Amino acid sequence: MKFNQIMASGGEWLRGEGPHHQVVVSSRVRLARNLRHRAFPGWAKKAERTLILEQIKPRVEELPEMQDSFSEFLSDLSALEKQVLVERHLISREHAAKGIGSAVVMNRKQTLSIMINEEDHLRMQSIRSGLQLKSAFKLVDKIDSVLEGKLDIAYDQRLGYLTACPTNVGTGMRASAMLHLPGLVLSDLINQVIQAVNKIGLAVRGLYGEGTEAMGNLFQISNQTTLGEKEDEIIARLTKVIETIIEKEHDARQVLIQKKSDTLSDQIGRAYGVLTYAHAMTSKEALNLLSIMKLAVDLGAFSEDRRLPIDELFIDTQPAHLQKTSQQKLNAEERDFLRAQIIRERLKNFPKPDMNKVAREPAPKSLPAPPNNE
Amino acid sequence: MLCDVCKCNDASVFLTQIIEGKMQKVNLCDACSKEKGVQDPTGFALADLLLGIGAAEEIEKGAPTQKCVVCGFTQVDFKKTGRLGCSECYVTFSEGLGSLLKVMHKGTEHVGKLPQRAFRQIELTDKMRSLATNLEKAVAEENYEDAATLRDQIKQLEHQIAD
Ligand SMILES: [Zn+2]
Ligand SMILES: [Zn+2]
Repeated sequence: MKFNQIMASGGEWLRGEGPHHQVVVSSRVRLARNLRHRAFPGWAKKAERTLILEQIKPRVEELPEMQDSFSEFLSDLSALEKQVLVERHLISREHAAKGIGSAVVMNRKQTLSIMINEEDHLRMQSIRSGLQLKSAFKLVDKIDSVLEGKLDIAYDQRLGYLTACPTNVGTGMRASAMLHLPGLVLSDLINQVIQAVNKIGLAVRGLYGEGTEAMGNLFQISNQTTLGEKEDEIIARLTKVIETIIEKEHDARQVLIQKKSDTLSDQIGRAYGVLTYAHAMTSKEALNLLSIMKLAVDLGAFSEDRRLPIDELFIDTQPAHLQKTSQQKLNAEERDFLRAQIIRERLKNFPKPDMNKVAREPAPKSLPAPPNNE
Repeated sequence: MLCDVCKCNDASVFLTQIIEGKMQKVNLCDACSKEKGVQDPTGFALADLLLGIGAAEEIEKGAPTQKCVVCGFTQVDFKKTGRLGCSECYVTFSEGLGSLLKVMHKGTEHVGKLPQRAFRQIELTDKMRSLATNLEKAVAEENYEDAATLRDQIKQLEHQIAD
């Protein structure tokens, strides 16, 4: 499989069809594993790192899940190609900085990505659309079980899986979900939610970090600890908290519709206006306005078939994706022009938002009541 | 409020976490939060930061002059990188690491997934232990016939474990 094919296909999780996809963009679970008695990638000399890579890579490629995979040495990828993979969350920023002695193997559907010699010898990640942490774990757990039969994995009876950083020891698992929370942000309730989540030992971050300032109203929530708790317990705890946040987001949206419909109409109208007519746009502005458009689709101001073009723009307007599509290196100013142009073209046939179609429903009652943790 | 790491820029990133009922706070500026990898959604944990800031001293207490026999890693290296050298480092620096892990995590013992290979190893080790006990008993009772059989079984098991 070639890099162009990755560019051409959006990847399963980007299509956003999973459960609770209106609020939960994606679920990811990664496992960190290492070979016994071999220097971790950050400490290994180049020759040892290369040896370890040669030992692991064929074992990963022969997995049934990796038939027709994209498998590449990091040293053979251009800086732009690496950045594209980062923007799709298929490799980490740290891995993108790697060269000789590191590799990435991912499946065609882009639901499974295995980094070799990142911070650990193996970082196996599974991504699903919507809230599907359990099934994401199941997939990566299966891969792990196959690989441990072929590789001598570092494991300690008391400490569990041994990792380069002591913060990952034990399960070596980090489960995270990306949430789209415009309702909570517009209602100024987001900080309260973040604080409550932090209090119970979970981490909240922005899309690619950028401190606590979240772009596009996107937030990632994940477990912080890996020792002393079972994998499925961590995932169940995280899922429960996310379900509570989903409910709070729905409530916030309903309050906006019922009590602040003018503000809401104004936000949506501005987002539509600027996106359809602007000629220069930064990545941050695009994400923030696209987030409002996504909210407008959720609320019914645009018909459901307008969802995919908006979702695609979230990724396609990222700096590396822009440059890869245009086949040239662009400076920031040129990117802003091209970004606005692409958005204008994609939204050319978009009808005006219809605020009369916005549904005034009672908050969904299908979800469990929020735990009393405030 | 100033950044906890560089102590010169204004902090813009505020992190809190409750660890064993104690609230831990870290305030960072934009530059330091980037450097500390706060923006890596899968890699960052608050404990990681604490590790970089104060916890390196913890490990030093446990192993002032030790060097990992497998990879040559020392506590000075740990202080520099906040990462260990190899899986054996967990044994080498176990004393200092113990208190560190206690601060970082929910518990001090792994209760999750058990690899099949490790599972087999644990089974074999258990079997070995009981054979050794029986052998000791047989020798003490001057039951040399049983002792010889047990020695053979132990030898066989040693081969199995080595595989
Ligand atoms: Zn700083
Ligand atoms: Zn070592």
